Amino acid sequence: MKFLSEYRDPEMVHAYTAELHRITSRPWTLMEICGGQTHSLVKNGLLDMLPKQITMVHGPGCPVCVTSVSVIDEAIWLAQQPNVILCSFGDMLRVPGSTISLLEAKAQGADVRILYSPLEAVELAQQHPDKQVVFFAVGFETTAPANALSVVHAAELGLHNYSILASHVLVPPAMEAILGDPENKIDAFLAAGHVCTIMGTEEYDPIAEKYQTPIVVTGFEPVDLLQGILMAVQQLEKGEWKVENQYARSVQREGNRMAQDTIQQVFAVSDRVWRGIGNIPQSGYEVNTRYQKYNARLKFNIDLVAAEENKDCISGDIMKGLKKPFQCPNFGTRCKPEHPLGAPMVSSEGACAAYYQYSGQVSEIIETV
Amino acid sequence: MNLSCPMPKFDFDVITMGHGGGGLLTHRLLQSGVFDVLKNDLLDQQHDGASFELNGKLAFSTDSYVISPIFFPGGNIGELAVNGTVNDLAMCGAVPKYLSLAFIIEEGMRMEALWEVLVSIKNAAAKAGVQIVTGDTKVVEKGKGDQIFINTSGIGVVHPKAAIHHNRVKEGDVIIVSGQLAQHGIAIMSKRQGLSFETDIVSDTTNLNHTILQLIEQFGDAIKFLRDPTRGGLASVLNELAEQTNLGYLIEQEQLPIDEQVEGACEMLGLDPLYVANEGLFVLVVDAAVAESVLKQLQQDANGQSARIIGKVVNTHPGKVMLKSRIGGHRVVGYLTGEQLPRIC
Repeated sequence: MKFLSEYRDPEMVHAYTAELHRITSRPWTLMEICGGQTHSLVKNGLLDMLPKQITMVHGPGCPVCVTSVSVIDEAIWLAQQPNVILCSFGDMLRVPGSTISLLEAKAQGADVRILYSPLEAVELAQQHPDKQVVFFAVGFETTAPANALSVVHAAELGLHNYSILASHVLVPPAMEAILGDPENKIDAFLAAGHVCTIMGTEEYDPIAEKYQTPIVVTGFEPVDLLQGILMAVQQLEKGEWKVENQYARSVQREGNRMAQDTIQQVFAVSDRVWRGIGNIPQSGYEVNTRYQKYNARLKFNIDLVAAEENKDCISGDIMKGLKKPFQCPNFGTRCKPEHPLGAPMVSSEGACAAYYQYSGQVSEIIETV
Repeated sequence: MNLSCPMPKFDFDVITMGHGGGGLLTHRLLQSGVFDVLKNDLLDQQHDGASFELNGKLAFSTDSYVISPIFFPGGNIGELAVNGTVNDLAMCGAVPKYLSLAFIIEEGMRMEALWEVLVSIKNAAAKAGVQIVTGDTKVVEKGKGDQIFINTSGIGVVHPKAAIHHNRVKEGDVIIVSGQLAQHGIAIMSKRQGLSFETDIVSDTTNLNHTILQLIEQFGDAIKFLRDPTRGGLASVLNELAEQTNLGYLIEQEQLPIDEQVEGACEMLGLDPLYVANEGLFVLVVDAAVAESVLKQLQQDANGQSARIIGKVVNTHPGKVMLKSRIGGHRVVGYLTGEQLPRIC
């Protein structure tokens, strides 16, 4: 990974942290939107290098974590139907529904398969004409183009045994929901680089303006994150709010038009319930009417009673940046990766999982080294 | 020794339930197949078990192999089944002597594939210097296996100079790994259905007994701990050791030997190489006084050319494994929960 080494260069890391220490004059709270950013911050030990006045809080950017219990129940119900092959990304399998997870459904005999691309699911549908193949299409704007493409591809092949259970979520409405919360303490955002690679940065301009909040698009490597934090703090110290792009090697202002066109071809913007946060209007993608025969919800006429979330899990407060994982009374005790109360402890992008995995449950350990 | 082994003419192309029935088909499969390929004095007795004498302290180990796909870049399930148990015995400081071999074969397995597995078993056993002296073959219905599962058990004689035990590890000892991390796991993944990607990465499966015994011969009880980090990877081995000893383990990311292609594949899949499976790799904890000498000797061995000192045993953070990142930050390396699953985005 030679192309990555410059973004992991210790000298650059120290240069950015030194500058941050020099310019930071008062407390600032920054939210990293994406779980990948959280993991990189914790995994690389970056949090301990920042000035004490800077507080980094995790945002709602883990697609697995924000998927509601009801949608997971839908996926489990589908997997349990005769002659159905339910496919999804590996991350989704351990997340608890209202009673069991997909992994437990698999152990009970459901045909649940881990795939790495939705196009694999289309191939599976071709190979098994006697089965119904359903792809559990989870993710932010990042995974939407490939999931949409699988539907287009299935339609071109004339397949009648392929459909998707769409559970896509969109970043900008979630940012507005967080900023509109009266308890919100966020001073600036680090926006997720891969989402912006698809969607561009234009849709962030009105948010930065309306809420007078700096938004810096960043990548996921240590140098990316520190440079992004520095750019955000520079704005805050100067009293500015604008959208800046640290991740210019990947993100164009207008994004990837071709990917956006594919999304629009198959999906329509819809309301979506977020785990721990609740309904956010116009914050998701659903299969549009043109491709409705590929919508698993309609095809299987799913009519489940919406399940309640586990009240002991404070994932909503964590994903809104109101609390850190360590502040949850169940963190590392009743809630562990092997027995999660909620998705943030089990997803590879989850904030609680990051803190549990890399901080060994107790932050004091870090300070003893 | 001639290790090439042309396949005899069988009048069946695939394994059927009859091959596990104990009748004529079983007899023919074993006589023309297994016994002929794995031939040795003890196996030739074709008794219900093997009788032999061994002197000294013994080590005994068993393992089952259920890998998919059974053929992967750099090897197949057959040599894995031999090397795995041979290496487990070597990690006890033992000279592996005899193995048992049990097949559970799925109805419909191609005879050519079984033959290839058998020949690999023969070659791996010859290379390790062990004999397969007893075994078993069962056939299960189509759909109830994954072509073939293999169990091997092994017995070895512990080297008189060996003193391998976690309770001998103390603060100041040095941690060494013998080669590049995560190669086996990534080689397997590169051929998994739905995940195929172009790469030159091959499994590092091999027998480590000769390498280990040379180290024990030369450095004796200065070699305090040995383990091959297979499933669960290096992180799991060090976590178990930290728990058993209640000492702290500090490793440096900068020193971890990881092939660029392997690192790239891990990045792409969202996997941490510390948790990915290895086969021809071992971890040593040695007395600091001999660490450099052990490293030099290892680097002259075909199985240890990429060996590196990766860290040390410390008296801070007892019971935990800590990693110093390339950029100077610290993080805890914990146990992996369940299986590493590729990330969503």
